[in-house]
Amino acid sequence: MTQRKRLSNTQGRRSDPLEEDDSDLTFTQPSTSQVQRGLDKFTGSQMDQKAAEVIQYILVKDQKKIPVRRADLVKHVLKDYRYIYPEIMKRVLQTFDQVFGLKLVEIDTKNHLYILINKLEPQEGAAGPPNPKMGLLFVILSLIFMKRGAVKESECFQCLLYICGERHEQFGDVKKLVTDEFVRQRYLECVRIPHTEPVEFEFHWGQRAELEVSKAKILDFMGELHNQDPQTWSQQYKEAHAPPPAAPSTSQPNHSQR
Amino acid sequence: MPPHLGDSHRRFLQSMMSNSVMDEQQARALYQHCCDIHKAQCVPDKLDDFIETINSKLQPMFMQIRKGMSEDNGQQYYALVNMAETDVTRMSSDYADNELELFRKTMDLIVSSENGKVSSTDVLNVADTLTIKKLKKSEAEQVLNRLVQDKWLNEKRGEFSLSIKCIIEMEPYIRRMYEDQLKMCHICHNVAFQCQICDSPTCGIKIHNPCVARYFKGRVEPRCPACDEFWPYEIPEVRH
Repeated sequence: MTQRKRLSNTQGRRSDPLEEDDSDLTFTQPSTSQVQRGLDKFTGSQMDQKAAEVIQYILVKDQKKIPVRRADLVKHVLKDYRYIYPEIMKRVLQTFDQVFGLKLVEIDTKNHLYILINKLEPQEGAAGPPNPKMGLLFVILSLIFMKRGAVKESECFQCLLYICGERHEQFGDVKKLVTDEFVRQRYLECVRIPHTEPVEFEFHWGQRAELEVSKAKILDFMGELHNQDPQTWSQQYKEAHAPPPAAPSTSQPNHSQR
Repeated sequence: MPPHLGDSHRRFLQSMMSNSVMDEQQARALYQHCCDIHKAQCVPDKLDDFIETINSKLQPMFMQIRKGMSEDNGQQYYALVNMAETDVTRMSSDYADNELELFRKTMDLIVSSENGKVSSTDVLNVADTLTIKKLKKSEAEQVLNRLVQDKWLNEKRGEFSLSIKCIIEMEPYIRRMYEDQLKMCHICHNVAFQCQICDSPTCGIKIHNPCVARYFKGRVEPRCPACDEFWPYEIPEVRH
């Protein structure tokens, strides 16, 4: 059983071990005068170069689907450029959008965690090998969605045992994949069920799943699987086709007026 | 002025990012697929132009989609490369420091070898000489297996060579690290690991196996293109 650090301020959430150095540099949004001084100090091409480094850093982290911490970004990449953070991030966002078709989204406004999500819609039958892990994830997300948002850990594994066994030739330890990898990548969230003894957990959709996976598509898939009209699951249908909530905050700079 | 990037370009780029290395056929299919989805015009045989457009936008980030020839089958492959990478650090999230050191030493052996291959025995012997935490022979063997699984190395009959993924994606590192030690192919002017070398001591030019196959195809008496001496090796078949 892997070690898990529990953050004291959460409601019994199983959280991933913090990847980077814990000594968080307190980083506050620079004031407009600090930004101006910074802008005077660096040339346009220097800033472009720094933006390129930030992009590389985020892409590498994103390959593993690990959320990026703003503190790490400042400590390891921005360094001297920290006071023009808003200006650099403006370029970074623009490049992600225009060159990669990706969007940097803040999923944790308290700890300033970011993930990259795809602006382009995932397509069926894409060229290149299909990803079996995503197939498995899709099954779990479907299970949770059809059960109206939460599935007990034990129930989830019963289901998966039936589908692919405990060890899979491609994913190895299935339990580990689900509880470690998918949770760390924010595709799933593992939440403690209160008043259970011994402690039991349930899975919810994680923030990345909420942003990247279409509930409507899941319902369509269910419909095909069971040869039913998706609308027969009226509650799920309503949820899947509800208007989207207000867009999550991105790392748009907000100059505080001082 | 290169044309603007559209969603078809972005989708292609995203695929390259997640698929790592792909052969020419896959790349063409992907190009077609991306254009179809976004209703962009797909001009056959203009794949390289399409990629050039993407590359022009990747350039400020020191990234490029590059092409390379596999030394095994002579086919062209495409991969996304970080041109600023000065070490094997891109693998650091998957491999421990001593495992990376083993990989570097394996690469040393391959570069300095005659035929671009190294036996597992040679690599396991090197495992003893690691400066960072040593690896037992069984552990080193595991690392080698993972390197093959992750497609950094190819394995055939107990011998290891650099994969096309490694050759393309690590090219900046390889060129910087090995500089003068590298063999260059006389025909295609790219770095050569598995190649034939001219017998004549004053010549010694190198030609990739697939380049040998193409260059000498159909010739009754193969002769070195540089010094005209008889080319004494078996000419491989051209593979498709």
